Amino acid sequence: MSEPLFAALLALLVILAIVAIRAGDLLVAVIVLGAYGFVMSLIWTTIGAVDVAFTEAVVGAGVSTVLFLAALLRTSRRRSPLPGKLRWVALGAVTAVGALLLAVTGALPPWGDATAAPATHVSPRYITETMAETATPNAVTSVLADYRAYDTLIETVVIFSAGLGGWLLLARRDQ
Amino acid sequence: MIERHDSLVVVTFVRVLIPLVQLFALYVLAYGHYGPGGGFQAGVILGASYILMALALGREPFERRVNERACLTIAGAGVLLYLATGIAGFAGGTLLDYSRLPLPVSPVKARYFGILIIETGVAAAVAATLVVLFCRLADTEHHPDA
Repeated sequence: MSEPLFAALLALLVILAIVAIRAGDLLVAVIVLGAYGFVMSLIWTTIGAVDVAFTEAVVGAGVSTVLFLAALLRTSRRRSPLPGKLRWVALGAVTAVGALLLAVTGALPPWGDATAAPATHVSPRYITETMAETATPNAVTSVLADYRAYDTLIETVVIFSAGLGGWLLLARRDQ
Repeated sequence: MIERHDSLVVVTFVRVLIPLVQLFALYVLAYGHYGPGGGFQAGVILGASYILMALALGREPFERRVNERACLTIAGAGVLLYLATGIAGFAGGTLLDYSRLPLPVSPVKARYFGILIIETGVAAAVAATLVVLFCRLADTEHHPDA
């Protein structure tokens, strides 16, 4: 993808984030957040992370929007702003974290750098050996489900716990 | 809870769409070895097909097919399937080493099928969890504070 189009997607992402935060009606905020997830998914595709893009499209742009909408059924559509003093605390915290993130961004290796530490440690082995060891051409799948199976197992437990927790918190009285 | 959509166009279209979405979920699960996809994405798509059913067709056809407790059981079974696959090849080896799974195939192919089995578990856990969360959030008639 061309550089100007990529820059336009990033700009759109920032605009959608601001609209979602500023919206007084939470229904608008939820829909804009769904659009944000979709643009994010396009960005992942652009940089070649198609598996992440797929997840972002189905979760970020899809199901989380529906779950947020369902949550709005149980509460108000109106946003209740933070009280005066807390707003300044929040602004300070956000500015500090944002400045820290910007400060360390320069220390990241350039995108696509084959000589960077993460690209030279275990990644080459996964990419070259995935066919010989697991017969799975998609290295993302073999890393996720085989080489890093512990991580995925515990993620699955987390998802199940989230479901169980949500069900218990919102349980019907007669159950 | 959500009512059936008024428009005949929407209802008919969703009736056609739901089986296609579910078929696509199975494709994503099975094709995860070769292209983008896998258990997590397949589970989300499968769960979304049931949420779509509730949103467009109303609570009656949804509740005929979906039981919350059964969903929780399926989600737990998905996690257990993953764990059981990890333990099945444990004897004399390491946990989650699929090459030692008791399957009539070569160790390399056993890892291939091991991945498919645990991805199926992940898909079941994710799909059932999403449906349970949607059920509880959308069921405003049995609000705990009401």
